[in-house]
Amino acid sequence: MKVFIYVVCAFLSILFFWELLIRLAEPPPYILPTPYSVLISFKENSILIYEHAIVTIIEVLIGLTVGVILGMITAITLEIFVSARLIFRPLLIFSQSIPVFAIAPLLTLWLGYGILSKVVMAILIIYFPVTSAFHDGLSQTPKRYLDLAKTMGGSQWRNLLFLKIPHSIPSLCSGIKLASVYAPIGAVIGEWVGSSQGLGYLMILANGRVKTDLMFASLLTLGLLSITLFSLISYLLQISLTKYLRT
Amino acid sequence: MSFTSPSIELIGSVRSENEVLFRDLRLVIKADQWTCLLGSSGIGKSTVLRLIAGLPTHVKLDGSIKSDDQLSISNRVSYMAQNDLLLPWASVSDNISLGSKLRGRKYSSEKKLKIIKKVGLQNHKEKYPFQLSGGQRQRTALARTLMENTPIVLLDEPFGSLDSNTREEMIDLTFKSLKGKTVLFVTHDPHEAARLCESIYILERQKTMNNKSLKPPFPKTYSDKSVFDLQHSLLEKIKSNHS
Repeated sequence: MKVFIYVVCAFLSILFFWELLIRLAEPPPYILPTPYSVLISFKENSILIYEHAIVTIIEVLIGLTVGVILGMITAITLEIFVSARLIFRPLLIFSQSIPVFAIAPLLTLWLGYGILSKVVMAILIIYFPVTSAFHDGLSQTPKRYLDLAKTMGGSQWRNLLFLKIPHSIPSLCSGIKLASVYAPIGAVIGEWVGSSQGLGYLMILANGRVKTDLMFASLLTLGLLSITLFSLISYLLQISLTKYLRT
Repeated sequence: MSFTSPSIELIGSVRSENEVLFRDLRLVIKADQWTCLLGSSGIGKSTVLRLIAGLPTHVKLDGSIKSDDQLSISNRVSYMAQNDLLLPWASVSDNISLGSKLRGRKYSSEKKLKIIKKVGLQNHKEKYPFQLSGGQRQRTALARTLMENTPIVLLDEPFGSLDSNTREEMIDLTFKSLKGKTVLFVTHDPHEAARLCESIYILERQKTMNNKSLKPPFPKTYSDKSVFDLQHSLLEKIKSNHS
């Protein structure tokens, strides 16, 4: 409840300063619309926003699911095979030095204007945080547990399944939560570069037609979507994995 | 796997990368009794125990570790340390049967229940480690060791973190439960060594001594006068070796 009050207060203060800025600087509405006009635009275009938001949500959910699964598989591979770690880890870090924005036009060129290029964009942006967080957890399993397992005659696979993976669940959850924030960014970048649907497309469209209030309404929707996704995923992880998240 | 307790003999020098840790070490860990490795903290008692358990160490043994039945040692040991090594995400019951799970073998639930009863955890078996007291956690670790039912048991200061009352209970329970096994007990406490061990080694860098110990039966009570006398003489020896 206390957190909710803080969030409402923060939100109201933003609205207050936004309104204050408009009263003082009086910018034209196509530069900065009033909060009220954004609300009106939100109401008037609710069906349009809803239709585009659904597309973005689908892209984000598919991207998130596939990205998390790929990240987990990679982390486990890196943990088990030393050679994979030696070859793949530098490549993985190198891939992160290329800004994901720079690949977006290529993905559109290769995968077309449809949903696939956006899903791949979301996957690319979340793959590294998930892989890195999960692999850190796996490789940091306390040695004393592994020693105990050795005296018990545990096999490598069973140690992984019953010691390393459970131990690294808190790290994996951090990675997934981070991914839930990054995934919408990936999808929207993909939509900006080339698409005919989605909130990113709607923003570009509204911008081109100087409908700044619609742009803000789309942006607000995207923000709400991201917060909802993050909170929902955090909640689901917490209730389904409680015993692993206890310290 | 043999279920009769073997005697173990460690002979040789233990070296780290640039120094000799223990020169001409000769330890005989006899079957069916407790052998104590006594020494000050940091001297390398746990390292010797790890060598016997076949666990990775930073040292090398120029010599051999053999059992009198000539069978492999490392797959017949169970290990209990000061840190109870309980998995925080597993219940008491699941922690106790961890070994079977890691080996992918079935275990007898009846046997597990019997052990849980023996260590007095019947009302706690569904609890998680964070819900247990220090003594209950160490009882769970003991139950896990008993569930392994190996002929050789290595104890690395298992009573070190317990309060004195709980420690007394745990000492009695552990000694009773491990009857008939070859036990190597690592400690820095001469009192525990005097009370529990039929054979006592004072571990020193240059010369490890096999000290005189008390006559059976064991364990001795904490108020036994002979325990105090031996404890005193052990302490004196450790002190004189240090100075």
